[in-house]
Amino acid sequence: MKPTAFDYVRADSVPHAVRLLAEHRAGARIIAGGQSLLAAMNFRMASPEILVDIGEIEELRDITLTARGRLRIGALTRHADLEASPDIATHAPLLRQAIRHVAHTAIRNRGTFGGSLSHADPASELPACAVALDATIHIVGPQGERTVPARQFFTGVHETALRSGELLVAAEIDTIKPDEVSGFQEFARRHGDYAIVGLAAHGRIEAGRLCQIAPVFFSVGGTPILARHAAAALADPAVAEPETRLRRAREALSSDLDPPGDPQASAALRMELARVLLGRVVGDMLATRTGA
Amino acid sequence: MRTISTTILVNGTSVTRQVEPRTHLADFLRGELGLTGTHVGCEHGVCGACTVLMDGATVRACLVLAVQASGREVQTIEGLSAAKHKITQALQEAFCARNALQCGFCTPGLLATATELLTQDPTPSREAIREAISGHYCRCTGYHAIVDAVQQAAAVLATTEEPTR
Repeated sequence: MKPTAFDYVRADSVPHAVRLLAEHRAGARIIAGGQSLLAAMNFRMASPEILVDIGEIEELRDITLTARGRLRIGALTRHADLEASPDIATHAPLLRQAIRHVAHTAIRNRGTFGGSLSHADPASELPACAVALDATIHIVGPQGERTVPARQFFTGVHETALRSGELLVAAEIDTIKPDEVSGFQEFARRHGDYAIVGLAAHGRIEAGRLCQIAPVFFSVGGTPILARHAAAALADPAVAEPETRLRRAREALSSDLDPPGDPQASAALRMELARVLLGRVVGDMLATRTGA
Repeated sequence: MRTISTTILVNGTSVTRQVEPRTHLADFLRGELGLTGTHVGCEHGVCGACTVLMDGATVRACLVLAVQASGREVQTIEGLSAAKHKITQALQEAFCARNALQCGFCTPGLLATATELLTQDPTPSREAIREAISGHYCRCTGYHAIVDAVQQAAAVLATTEEPTR
């Protein structure tokens, strides 16, 4: 279908974008890559009066190592940039693993990191990665810059801590440490389709055992879900055998997740797939560390 | 709604038009320029029929506004064919030879994607080809022949490639 008529303006800089958003208030939407927004508009599920295009603000397209040894990923970094970046491969392998599951090449050539986080689709990969990596979201608005932890950023289906008139400009994450490891897997009907269930996990391993893990499931609720009970069972120092830990963690998932059913998959199937993914991803993570 | 001027380098020729902001690139190419080789299917990025090259990389022309494409270079199937783009041409011949098309609706988009694939990876595995074309719907062939054709084009290009040293 065709979208309803709208006006369009290009922003030259972050302050310019914030001014334009203030000027047009509720009728304005930010467009970056447009890979979700334009699809929603073509469906007439979104009908903004004016699009503020931030796509040409080159300063937002950087991946940089900060003075504090963190990785700062600009909002306009495209999925294809993440895929090709040696810094991402070295310092944030979770993103490298996840990115190949994000749609298809043509979409990854346009879609942006910040757009994916702001759009907050419950089935998308990058919000879950941001939560697993305990990222910090950088936001600029009329009152200046503020930060929100990714673990508080996602508040509902397509809902975030972003307030009207604000712009997500970057996310910062800690670079991976030698004793840390990441894992990512998802189930989808076709490669590149939205996941039925997915899991992004990041953790720390000591003497061949997990001593800390953040397993974050997506497409099982309105936001990415950090499975705290399963995490505690997987890193339980009182239990030595990895099999016992995993069995208890799988059981604990019923305290962490309450997935919805839809025509793609019933609630029971989603829960079962989440348990399967937990075993596979933890297996991958342990294998990575032991070089198996 | 007001119109906005957009200037796009299409198949090597700079074109400037006044467009409504809601005009997407596929409608712009078809309606304003008569380049009907770019097909419009689902208009939400799923079917892949409208895939073209923008600044050398594949994009869904239904998910790019003509005003967003201002200042950029776009290549459609018409341009790739007229320029006798080596990879595209090998693909076109292989698609015919392997019956990798029937109605042809998905073909221009698939050729853009396969051209990008063989540019980046001249010897893709069948698995890599399947992953690359996973964003395209073909309702005629069942995909098998398309994978065959891309592989055949890769093989032909490998034998005709000038030695690099």
